[in-house]
Amino acid sequence: MIRFDSVAKRYPTGREGLAGVSFELAAGELAFVTGHSGAGKSTMLKLIGLLERATRGQVWVNGRNLNKLNARDVPYHRREVGMIFQDHRLLHDRTVFDNVALPLVVSGLGHQEIQRRVRAALDKVSLLGKERSFPIGLSGGEQQRVGIARALVSKPPVLLADEPTGNLDPELSREIMQLFLQFNQVGVTVLIATHDVALIERFGRRTIQLRDGRISHDTGARA
Amino acid sequence: MKRSRQRNREHAFRRHLNPLNWLLRHAQMSLSSLGRLAQNPLSTGMTAAVIGIAIALPAGLYLLVDNMRTLTGSWDGGSSISLFLQQSLSDAQADQVRDVIALRDDVAEARLISRQEALAEFRLRSGFGEALDLLEHNPLPAVILVKPARVASAPAATGRLADTLGRYREIDMVRVDLQWVRRLEAISRTLERGILVLAGMLAAAVLLIVGNTIRLEIQHRQPEIEVIKLVGGTDGFIRRPFLYEGLWYGLLGGLIALLLVMLGLALMQGPVQRLAGLYQSGFSLEMFRSGVFTAILLGSPLLGLAGAWLAVGRHLARIQPE
Repeated sequence: MIRFDSVAKRYPTGREGLAGVSFELAAGELAFVTGHSGAGKSTMLKLIGLLERATRGQVWVNGRNLNKLNARDVPYHRREVGMIFQDHRLLHDRTVFDNVALPLVVSGLGHQEIQRRVRAALDKVSLLGKERSFPIGLSGGEQQRVGIARALVSKPPVLLADEPTGNLDPELSREIMQLFLQFNQVGVTVLIATHDVALIERFGRRTIQLRDGRISHDTGARA
Repeated sequence: MKRSRQRNREHAFRRHLNPLNWLLRHAQMSLSSLGRLAQNPLSTGMTAAVIGIAIALPAGLYLLVDNMRTLTGSWDGGSSISLFLQQSLSDAQADQVRDVIALRDDVAEARLISRQEALAEFRLRSGFGEALDLLEHNPLPAVILVKPARVASAPAATGRLADTLGRYREIDMVRVDLQWVRRLEAISRTLERGILVLAGMLAAAVLLIVGNTIRLEIQHRQPEIEVIKLVGGTDGFIRRPFLYEGLWYGLLGGLIALLLVMLGLALMQGPVQRLAGLYQSGFSLEMFRSGVFTAILLGSPLLGLAGAWLAVGRHLARIQPE
């Protein structure tokens, strides 16, 4: 589902985000990317979501070579990749419902279909009662769940999460992780960047460790 | 082999909406843009008013000049025709010619200046009196001064009348004195050109006003634009509300311009009628020129749209999610 072929990314500032990374993530796999800040975790996710483009090497997602996508194709690619951020990136002047509906609105779905799918997504993250609330009135964990619902509402085959539990206490972190496991069970390919080693060890999933833009350790696929 | 299969998938990967859905979304989008403008009535109103004034100024001036041009068409006593008679004609014959011309429907008045009178006048005015004494014959022809009737008072009709009169056997030469009318026409042409230049500059101003307003709006909504890009909103999707906003600004400005033009002309109506009264003319300002009105109502939204397009094209590409 995701394949990196000696991918390097050098930012215009000269900073090296990735320095030659190759790995493959099969469809339906769940993996963690770890490493201390600056090791290249975020860069890896950004390359998959086409927030950045590789300087060298090739990135394949869902059978598509991202190097060959032009700017017009980028939005359509992003619809296939759900992204979750540490800071949630919610719109504070819109209700929970409208936030979650956004990916469906941009892809032009009908009103009823949007209603149905948004409710289903909110139900999955146990926020059905909060659809008329504004994000500012929600707790950190709830906001993160709104972000997850938004990432999943359009049923993308790939889910990326960048430090999704960064601001949450261990109990909430575990709940969020549990959600990711659930989605993974229904076939979504999940890649989670985190530095929370204790959390990773508890789940015993594949872990790709980055150091200075290179893979220093890859546990390989685990059940 | 794998690659070629994958390249094929890339082509199929953009999805398109059916036309009805597309239309519906545009209608929704345009209304929500209008709604957003209505949320800030004060700033929206001020922007629209600036646009309105910028459009009203050339439109109002144009209507004035346009009215003035209809005036030149009905200018009483503006033009006259001088008919120079053949030298060979006797005074009695000249008188007959005058009588014939004076009877025409399209001639209001015909006055004969006989050769002697012409000579006397020339002697008086030119200062060449002594030189004339050296000549054996009076070199000046008799002249009939023709004032066209109302039906023939427009410059073109006067010209046609002059042509007809010129075909009389007794008439040697025709000179049409359209100076007044021509001057007025030249003035109105100049004014028209001036208004065109002014309109061009003010149209550019409207583009900049709308462009700047939309630019600020884009800056204001940058977080929202970033999120929309993150979840796969196309550039077209992001552009659309801003373009509609420009369109609405233009339309609102156009409506305000219409009101201003009508108000301005209504205020001028009184003095203009008094002025026309002094010139014994029944002239009054005509406000409802459908051409100008349609131009404003169609042109101003387009101008707003163009202004928004300029801003959107330049600023949206710069906003990329991180």
